[in-house]
Amino acid sequence: MRYLPLTDGDRSAMLDTIGVSAIDDLFVDVPESARFDGAFDLPDHMAEFEVERRMAALASRNVTTGDVPSFLGAGAYRHHVPASVDHLVQRGEFLTSYTPYQPEISQGTLQALFEFQTMVALITGMDVANASMYDGATSCAEAVLMARRITRRNKAVISGSVHPHYSAVTETQAKYVDIEIDIREPDLDGGEDLAGAIDDGTACVVVQNPGVFGHVRDLSSLAEACHAAGALLVVVVTEAVSLGAVKSPGEMGADIVVAEGQSLGNPQGFGGPHVGLFATRDKYVRQMPGRLAGETEDADGRRGWVLTLSTREQHIRREKATSNICTNSGLCALAFTIHLSLLGEDGFRNLAMLNHARASQLADRLSALGGVEVLPDAFFNEFAVRLAKPAAGVVDTLATRGVLAGVPGARLFGAGNGVDDILLVAASELTREDDMQALCDGLSEVLA
Amino acid sequence: MANRKYTEDHEWVEVDGDSGVIGISEYAQEQLGDVVFVELPEVGKVLDRGDEAAVVESVKAAAEVYAPVSGEVVEVNDDLNGDPSLVNSDPFGDGWFAKLKLSDADELDELMDEDGYKKFVEGLG
Amino acid sequence: MNHSRDLSRNRPAAASADPETVHGHRGLQLEEPLLFEIDNPGATGVDLPAPGEFTSRLGTMERRGGIGLPSVSEPEVVRHFTRLSQKNYAIDMGTYPLGSCTMKHNPRLNEKMARLPGFAAAHPLQPESTVQGALELIDGVAGWLKELTGMPAIAMSPGAGAHGELCGVMAIRAALDDREGGPTTRRRILVPDSAHGTNPATAAVCGFAVDAIPSDGRGRVDVKAFADKLDDDVAGIMITNPNTCGLFEPDMVEIAELIHEAGGYFYCDGANFNAIVGRVRPGDLGIDCMHINLHKTFSTPHGGGGPGAGPVVLSDALAPFAPVPWVVHGEDGFALVEHADDAGDAKPFGRLKGFHGQMGMFIRAYAYMLSHGRDGLRQVAEDAVLNANYVMARLSDVMTPSFEGPCMHECLFDDRFLKDTGVSTLDFAKAMLDEGYHPMTMYFPLVVHGAMLIEPTETESKRSLDDFIAVMRDLVARAKDGDAEAFAAAPTTTPRRRLDETAAARSPVLRWTPEDRTAEAAE
Repeated sequence: MRYLPLTDGDRSAMLDTIGVSAIDDLFVDVPESARFDGAFDLPDHMAEFEVERRMAALASRNVTTGDVPSFLGAGAYRHHVPASVDHLVQRGEFLTSYTPYQPEISQGTLQALFEFQTMVALITGMDVANASMYDGATSCAEAVLMARRITRRNKAVISGSVHPHYSAVTETQAKYVDIEIDIREPDLDGGEDLAGAIDDGTACVVVQNPGVFGHVRDLSSLAEACHAAGALLVVVVTEAVSLGAVKSPGEMGADIVVAEGQSLGNPQGFGGPHVGLFATRDKYVRQMPGRLAGETEDADGRRGWVLTLSTREQHIRREKATSNICTNSGLCALAFTIHLSLLGEDGFRNLAMLNHARASQLADRLSALGGVEVLPDAFFNEFAVRLAKPAAGVVDTLATRGVLAGVPGARLFGAGNGVDDILLVAASELTREDDMQALCDGLSEVLA
Repeated sequence: MANRKYTEDHEWVEVDGDSGVIGISEYAQEQLGDVVFVELPEVGKVLDRGDEAAVVESVKAAAEVYAPVSGEVVEVNDDLNGDPSLVNSDPFGDGWFAKLKLSDADELDELMDEDGYKKFVEGLG
Repeated sequence: MNHSRDLSRNRPAAASADPETVHGHRGLQLEEPLLFEIDNPGATGVDLPAPGEFTSRLGTMERRGGIGLPSVSEPEVVRHFTRLSQKNYAIDMGTYPLGSCTMKHNPRLNEKMARLPGFAAAHPLQPESTVQGALELIDGVAGWLKELTGMPAIAMSPGAGAHGELCGVMAIRAALDDREGGPTTRRRILVPDSAHGTNPATAAVCGFAVDAIPSDGRGRVDVKAFADKLDDDVAGIMITNPNTCGLFEPDMVEIAELIHEAGGYFYCDGANFNAIVGRVRPGDLGIDCMHINLHKTFSTPHGGGGPGAGPVVLSDALAPFAPVPWVVHGEDGFALVEHADDAGDAKPFGRLKGFHGQMGMFIRAYAYMLSHGRDGLRQVAEDAVLNANYVMARLSDVMTPSFEGPCMHECLFDDRFLKDTGVSTLDFAKAMLDEGYHPMTMYFPLVVHGAMLIEPTETESKRSLDDFIAVMRDLVARAKDGDAEAFAAAPTTTPRRRLDETAAARSPVLRWTPEDRTAEAAE
């Protein structure tokens, strides 16, 4: 076995040193009834090229966003990831290290996390960010739990603009800890009244911007309404690139911002691993979940970094911790940081505007088609269209013609929830003229 | 301090008329090490004896501080927010936590006095 | 703004014995400022085409004003992160005996497979007909895990071990609620005092009170103490097996019978599955659910703190409550169940994650499973256990093992051997850094004093173990020779010496701010 260094000679010498005659003598604590000596219904070991062949065969059975024109988004986006990002994250010193609990020999990971936290705070317009969560949806759930800790109230209003996976994860995490979750109807026109849903028991209002149907909204007055009622405003961002073009949640008065960071540095990867961003105001930092890297000095007075404020975490507070999270998305956060470093101030803004431009051009083209209505007036790189036919069928038909047309509303919200004729369409810097033409041609034909 | 009384969890209360100042003992601060943060109760909160009154954190530990006696919180030591190390440097003085308006003075009789607490700590080895 | 580079903070203070160099570099140990400190407005590491004609749809919602991101070219970014990487210890560099973390070799084939465009470029919401290979792979990993654990069902979506715990305990909660026709009246989850901190934290976020069970004198769950706690208020028990003392819990079957008789469920923390994979099917022990850290047993890289994956195998009793989504195999091939409405008779307790789970980790784990096969996986467990027992055997005369062996995949020592030396477990660990080793897990589990938990894993050769043992023996000798001061000063040769964690926590600096630099420039 290529990954196992011990030879039979080593094994018997080591058993001698231990003072036992056979490996079975080391498993004596296992009850006899549980010692498995049968044959698993599984194959024996394989050569590297055999594994590769098998895996490649599986991969080849997928027709992906790299093969055909794709307009899929809804929380996972296709962007170009510079080659140096993947090179750097595959350096063994990053890839094969553990959580930086020994700071003297983990300064690389710690400094990168400090840079990550700073970048997340900057793009969201907030004071402080943690070292990442599993993904945007779990960040959203953690934000609601945090709002409860801060306000000591137990109701959360979730806007109809929020991605259904995010609201479902939040509802699931809330259900056994007595938090009442009020999920609003899908907000197709971007005009729901959230301020009216706040009362003196509301811990927070959760709203997504751009919304799941694409609407970009000014949340300033909603923030004021929340604060006037003693509630927090939680803003969800599922497309991190939007933060380069759209007014930041921090600027509009958000108290907690949670986001999906996949768009920067990370592949769509059939849905994971992605990286949850989590940012808030300084005054709430001790109520945050997750790890935090902080600056300090070493015994020689050199600047360095450590994991800090750990008393919030499970390994110290156990059942009184702010969250049970331990392992998070470190390497994805690193990829995010490297990609954003490469982009820099101008690159990030230009990338965002390029995305917006492609979506705007696409909307112009789609608006000109019969049977297609673009819903939002203001959007970033994704928007909902209402089709003259059920969207799921249209998408399936176009898939057979080699176009991944977008995400049907029913795929996200379930069928029969008032969104069956809704299709979410996303563009990015990778969307070409030809791709747009292929979508328009396909839709014209299918809807005719 | 004849009127300072102690619990077996190393909290102290120093009584003055119908109010009492609470904190943690020299022994407790030594056990905790460098204190980095103190979460204080809200003024106006009514505590029963044994309720969690505060949380005191060092780098690697967090300990609950329980109310040694029952009462309403009338004042907290805001200086600890800026300088939590006061708990280490002066646990019986500037490192105090909160002032309570006592609701049951009889509870004091169940606490240890200075000598009793000294012997208790010695017994912990 | 002043964009000049100030490297002075990387230089040691005058008191240090290190030679002072101009920029603080020490040979190949290269100092590196924050990216924000090498900001060079106008530079970029990415070229983008002009957008062409378009109508802005953002109006007043367009972001104005500077964001504050640093601007750097590609060569500078590559050098920056390369230099940072060189300040990290890693499995690729040496033995990483961090107990309960299973720091085994991470095969690069797995990385290559995860990057196949057919996987990496697949969008999670593509029509199912276009992602049959991806769905088959998830089904394949699920099948292996069920077969290896002897369990009938699995939930694949949890994002890491603690998330898997959440999944398992929520399934228990849902099953109890279902049985009782409303919120369960059972309030307590029993957790041994030796448990990882995530166990009590998980029980708490599922609305249960935590009741600690003491360990017996042999480092195992005290079955009598456990049995005494059983009543109709107990929802379940969470036991790590092999446990955090590195020992197999011999009474698992009895514990399972007792908890079931009492009407509760049995959660097994599978963090240490590496010790028994291929030799013991946890299902044969009578458990109801167990999470499997793919980033431990199945070699997906830890990546400096994730991402991981924590699928949870489930008994027939808990299977109906598994969260969405899951993969089904029908006449038209593979499909996903993503909504409770489509779940048939199942009663999913909800959803734990966006999309379908940590696909990238499934791919890596599958490559690992296929590489080892059923024969290789059994060998993995045997070699992991052999390595740990070898280390224990060769250190037991100079260090103090906490419990009698044999151990499983990790061996636990406490600090009795350091008594009267003036050297603490922490000092001892820091001295290991100077010797070129990542320390073992320290001060965990909490059930012994000054714990040192050593997990070598199966991917260490006998030679590397012998080297490690030689270092440990030498350090013990030095400690016993009264060299406490040197231990207290360690490490001295690492990129940074001991860091002031108190200062970091008292006034937290959690991000770079331009103000800092302005203030410093004024000094």
